[in-house]
Amino acid sequence: MSLYASGSQTVGPYLHIGLTWLNTSKIAGPGVKGERVTIQGRLVDGDGAGVGDGLIEIWQANAEGRYAHPEDLQKKTLEIGFRGFGRIPTDAKGGFKFTTIKPGRVPGPDGQLQAPHLNVTVFMRGLLKQLSTRVYFPGDPANAQDPVLKLVPAVRRATLIPRRKAKGVLEWNIVLQGKDETAFFDF
Amino acid sequence: MRAKGGRDITMNRINAYRRFHPGTQPAYDFPFYASTAKRHPTQPLVIVPQTLSEITGPVFGTDDLKPTDNDLTRQHKGDPIGERIIVSGRVLDENGRPMPHTLVEVWQANAAGRYPHKNDTHNAPVDPNFSGAGRALTDAEGRYRFISIRPGEYPWRNHYNAWRPAHIHFSLFGQAFLTRMVTQMYFPGDPLLPYDPMYMSIPDEKARVRLISQFDWENTVPEHALAYRFDIVLRGREATPMDKSPGE
Repeated sequence: MSLYASGSQTVGPYLHIGLTWLNTSKIAGPGVKGERVTIQGRLVDGDGAGVGDGLIEIWQANAEGRYAHPEDLQKKTLEIGFRGFGRIPTDAKGGFKFTTIKPGRVPGPDGQLQAPHLNVTVFMRGLLKQLSTRVYFPGDPANAQDPVLKLVPAVRRATLIPRRKAKGVLEWNIVLQGKDETAFFDF
Repeated sequence: MRAKGGRDITMNRINAYRRFHPGTQPAYDFPFYASTAKRHPTQPLVIVPQTLSEITGPVFGTDDLKPTDNDLTRQHKGDPIGERIIVSGRVLDENGRPMPHTLVEVWQANAAGRYPHKNDTHNAPVDPNFSGAGRALTDAEGRYRFISIRPGEYPWRNHYNAWRPAHIHFSLFGQAFLTRMVTQMYFPGDPLLPYDPMYMSIPDEKARVRLISQFDWENTVPEHALAYRFDIVLRGREATPMDKSPGE
């Protein structure tokens, strides 16, 4: 049997009605091991204006580099209650903020390990199909060899690496257009 | 982890998902939908391999839901105004395999075409007995079911005399980060469809028509509610593993 996937449609301006119930801005609970980090920033459009009707979702591994998913067959510990999922709406000015733990390294293509990263999906009014990207961690030596980051044109790699704002606080903006346009993925 | 014969199964055996078939998905830059102008990426997307990060995704269970979550007519003290409907269908992948135990979230306007949202200023009544949000998990065969009210059409400011056709927003996860899907369900025979930028953003006509639900005589409940059927197809694997039967 062969079917074609359904067509994507925008979340529209009233996305909060259906999606707020699952808002999760604390991705790792108190029993979850790992280095705590707060990531904050803005989702901005082609005019540099904040997107007030947007939403980002995060998917990540735990500190050992294990995903809470049946297809992750690695023999690594997984904390009970760790889902690795975040859903964070933007505020009226396009701002977002969430806290989590820095994930460990997960397997990549050809047996290499990937650098620690968060997988990010972006939704908003005016976007007909979600955008996907990643957040890497500033100063991590594994970034230089990461098999996915290496495929991003060198001048755009910085768009996936937040700036260190304070101890444990990273600033990362999602920029839809212009000079600092975030690199988005197709996989 | 190594399987028999020393093959490394955690690192090298990514059972990849197919790419979308051409014409089934909207372009990011779609001038008919004016808001895409400042909200689409202008640089080409970076094509990257599917890794463990993309083929895994969040898992939800019955603990995440309340029993009334799939009945949008029973979330308040009174009955909502409007025509009661039953919306059901299956979530499948491109190989026709059911997607069991996957989360389906819906939201919609009330019968008058109004959302209970601070940004909705349309001069139509809010219904105190209708919030317009629901969720369900599919069963082992990928089936879901909602009870709701037929949503009204409503005006918006995309172009002169712009009206959205009646629709229900659907959000789905599937089994992976890359199977995440948000779409909209439309109703058969809606005269607004050819004028709607959202609906018309799907380039291929056959793919577009699949966003229209079908009247569902068999699930219609006599003297109670009309039913509509809406199946949703998520990305499927390149090769279906032969050692597993569907739904296992």
